Amino acid sequence: MDDNNKPGPLRSRPTLRELAYFGGVSLVLLVSLAIAPAKNYFSDWRHYQKSYLKIAAERQSGTLVRSFHGGIRQTWIAKLGVVDRCESCHVNMNGALVGATAQPFRKHPPIPHEIDQFGCVTCHRGQGPATSVEEAHYTTEAWEQPLLPAKYLESGCGQCHLGPLEGAPKLSEGRNLLSSMGCVHCHNVSQPDGNQLTPGDNPPPLTHIAEKTSREWIYAWIKNPQAYAASASMPNFLLNDQDAADISAFLMAQSTPSAASKVKIKPVAAASPSGADAATEATTLYGASFCSSCHAVQNEAGNLVGGNFGPELTRVGNKVNPDWLRRWLNNPAAYHPDTRMPHYRMDDKQVALLSTFLLAKKDNDLLANVHLSPSTADSVAHGKKLVTEAGCAACHQINGVNPPQNFAPDLTRVGSRALAQVVFAPGMKHNLPDYIAAKIHDPRSFGPGLKMPKFTLTDSQTDALATALLAQTDRAATYPKELIISGARPSNYHPGGDAGKLMDDLRCLSCHAINGNGGDMAPDLTWEGSAVQRAWLEEFLKNPNTLRPALIRRMPKFNLNPREIKTLADYISVAYQGPGFDSQTLDTHSLNADSAARGKQLFYSKYGCQSCHIADYKNDKGYVGPALTSVGTRLTPVWTYKWLKDPNALRAGTLMPNFGLKDEEARDLTAFLMTLKAKQGGGK
Amino acid sequence: MKRLGLLIFAAALLLAGCRHSSPQTPKPAAYGTQITEVSGGKQLAQVGSPLPQPLVLQVNGADGNPVTGALVTFHGDGVQFTPAQALTDSSGQVTVEAQLGYNPGDYQVTAETPKSGGGAASMSLREIALGYEQTVGRMLNDKYCIRCHDPESTPERVSNLDNLSPAPHQFTDGATLNRISDADLTNMIAHGGPALNKSPQMPAYGATLKPAEIKAMLSYIRTIADPPYQTPGVKYGK
Ligand code: HEC
Repeated sequence: MDDNNKPGPLRSRPTLRELAYFGGVSLVLLVSLAIAPAKNYFSDWRHYQKSYLKIAAERQSGTLVRSFHGGIRQTWIAKLGVVDRCESCHVNMNGALVGATAQPFRKHPPIPHEIDQFGCVTCHRGQGPATSVEEAHYTTEAWEQPLLPAKYLESGCGQCHLGPLEGAPKLSEGRNLLSSMGCVHCHNVSQPDGNQLTPGDNPPPLTHIAEKTSREWIYAWIKNPQAYAASASMPNFLLNDQDAADISAFLMAQSTPSAASKVKIKPVAAASPSGADAATEATTLYGASFCSSCHAVQNEAGNLVGGNFGPELTRVGNKVNPDWLRRWLNNPAAYHPDTRMPHYRMDDKQVALLSTFLLAKKDNDLLANVHLSPSTADSVAHGKKLVTEAGCAACHQINGVNPPQNFAPDLTRVGSRALAQVVFAPGMKHNLPDYIAAKIHDPRSFGPGLKMPKFTLTDSQTDALATALLAQTDRAATYPKELIISGARPSNYHPGGDAGKLMDDLRCLSCHAINGNGGDMAPDLTWEGSAVQRAWLEEFLKNPNTLRPALIRRMPKFNLNPREIKTLADYISVAYQGPGFDSQTLDTHSLNADSAARGKQLFYSKYGCQSCHIADYKNDKGYVGPALTSVGTRLTPVWTYKWLKDPNALRAGTLMPNFGLKDEEARDLTAFLMTLKAKQGGGK
Repeated sequence: MKRLGLLIFAAALLLAGCRHSSPQTPKPAAYGTQITEVSGGKQLAQVGSPLPQPLVLQVNGADGNPVTGALVTFHGDGVQFTPAQALTDSSGQVTVEAQLGYNPGDYQVTAETPKSGGGAASMSLREIALGYEQTVGRMLNDKYCIRCHDPESTPERVSNLDNLSPAPHQFTDGATLNRISDADLTNMIAHGGPALNKSPQMPAYGATLKPAEIKAMLSYIRTIADPPYQTPGVKYGK
């Protein structure tokens, strides 16, 4: 201790300066103490609650005012990880104050859930615990989860509802697109129940491509698939001329002969019909084979006419080699074992007619300017390198290139991706929905070196895809199992035996579902054996005529031989039986003339069935449902009876309403319908 | 200070608004006297979604001819326009995309063009946003009802309306349907025409649709009615 610090006499009075310091510090302290209560006092929610009470009072709604509980209101749902204070400002979600149209006092529009069981952020995102307008709704420094724009709202539903969902068309469309555009060839998208989305397109193998098409066509196609076919789902890889030329060189070089190439076909000249008659005949054959159920062709007005299950055929003459086409029409599976196209049993003349007809569909300008220098070992090698890098083999089978593994980022949790991990393109808004939409819409805007190709999508398809991806959240992955509603998964049912082989050859499951496996283009056949009469079935397989003149999609004629028809009919009538189609359900002896007369009365008067069905071509006109003029030879009585009682139970999703018929009404109607036995094909 | 939150909110809204409007107002090269709709009114879209078709409006001069280079400005509570302002093209028309807001129901879109002597000519369009309930209603309509209730046919769907007598009304037909009470409409959908002494050609859907679905159907019919359906009761705006 030295002198300077010797304790001096206690000073009785502080100096002015010290006083000023002290005062200043206390003031700062006081003010800072006051900030919290002041912030609370001036908080948004207090303000809104006051205005709410004011409006309620103005409307003399004393009960509303009295029953109002002020303060922060919080919904806490532990199992969903929800802590929401939104109702502190949105005080009128239940609509107790009728007719308030301005926010935050609007009533929540009706939804199929109770809000207090799911909270707000589950669907809307935003910051549940925040108590200021800014923090709850927008991105701030501390929070990165702004409110979800309304166009993506259905992604909220998709966290629990994993299958198609009524009332959420965008979500369902987006999930379909993930599959049908083939996104999931490269990206893994798994749902919370472990279901992995699977591709719904069917990209052709390229292993024998030299048989099918020319190097020039490949070049033009990979440069711009949509220039060849506007509806093509193959994306554009934005290749430069050299790269496209090298890839086409490699694809031709890797091609090996297919099984189809060994099939002998008639020489082109001998089999080629010509003249106006042949053209008409070919058009008729194209129509009668219902090619347009699956394939579209652009008409003169530029509209696509036909289905999108198979490739568009507008310029198919530019693409395929004539010999390949004949072999393909002869039996598609010989070239592409997994094709969805059925094996029509066409004779040589039919093959020749159709191929001539199809080869004429071309655009002379399409390949006019494609002049490629001959391929060299170098160009082939470079082409192979490009094909490997671009991931072509993720979709297409290619000789010498293995399908890439984990080629593209996993999108299972993309809906919760942290913004810190996201690289935004310059000028983009920093939020997740915009990022996802931009990635889908124009992936190369994030950098020219990126691999993801550009898909041809409309804005609403982009929104739908973004909606489906935003449903892939962390939150959903941790939801309790009982909340998750899985979608139907296809079974791996395949018909067995000889009939099974035949059905596989005809690709019945491309259009019809049976026992949970197959397409939805045509009726489910799981209970077909119970539904139709054996004689009708044989006749139909021989000569399918449509039951609904208004339909575009129809059952094609496969030119089956009598033995094939018998095999199929036997199998269908025995194997595809449903439960409870027996005499206990309906005693067919009760279907007498009296009963039929009463049924006719019910048909025309009480239930007005003729508004949708035709029972008699002379008087009835309805064509929403199938014509019933020969239903007495088509359907079994017991199926008809059960159908009338509850159509949806036999075919989920049918248009036919359930009329809540009494047993005897259904019986009488069945009796009447069984009297309708006009010769088949009475209509058109 | 008292309205701090509100201020921030307003500022944020303003900022958000600014980002959407083009940085510079295009300079009008000409002026019209009248603005008319070419197409785009009375469309349906899900909440927050773009309208399926753009809005196309035309500016005409005093002589009734289209005016090129006239400025048209769009407004609408909760509606986003791209662009929000545009000059008419060589045929006197502007085309803009519009995206509806968060709430189901009606949106009023106003288009305005300045007149040469000052003042402005304007016109309004009505657009309709569908919330969850109306979306369900629309899907049900498309599945079950439209074939009978809509005179238009598409390649996928032939209209059955001509085969019915009396012909059903279109659900947009507010003049007729607005006069029928909720209870009667519900009854008719659930129990068919005979429930209101009408034709049995209107089937009963009570055993096919769930009560919530019938309610959704009703909500859809009310929402798309033209002229609009007025809910009984008062509305409190601000
Ligand atoms: C088979 C054809 C048909 C179908 C399908 C149909 N309706 Fe009707 N609907 C009618 C007919 C016919 C009338 C007129 C009855 C009358 O005026 O006597 C009608 C009348 C109505 C009316 C009364 C207003 C009016 O147009 O006269 C409502 C409401 C209605 N239908 C709702 C529905 C709904 C909702 C559905 C779908 C769930 C539906 N309808 C399906 C035929 C049909």
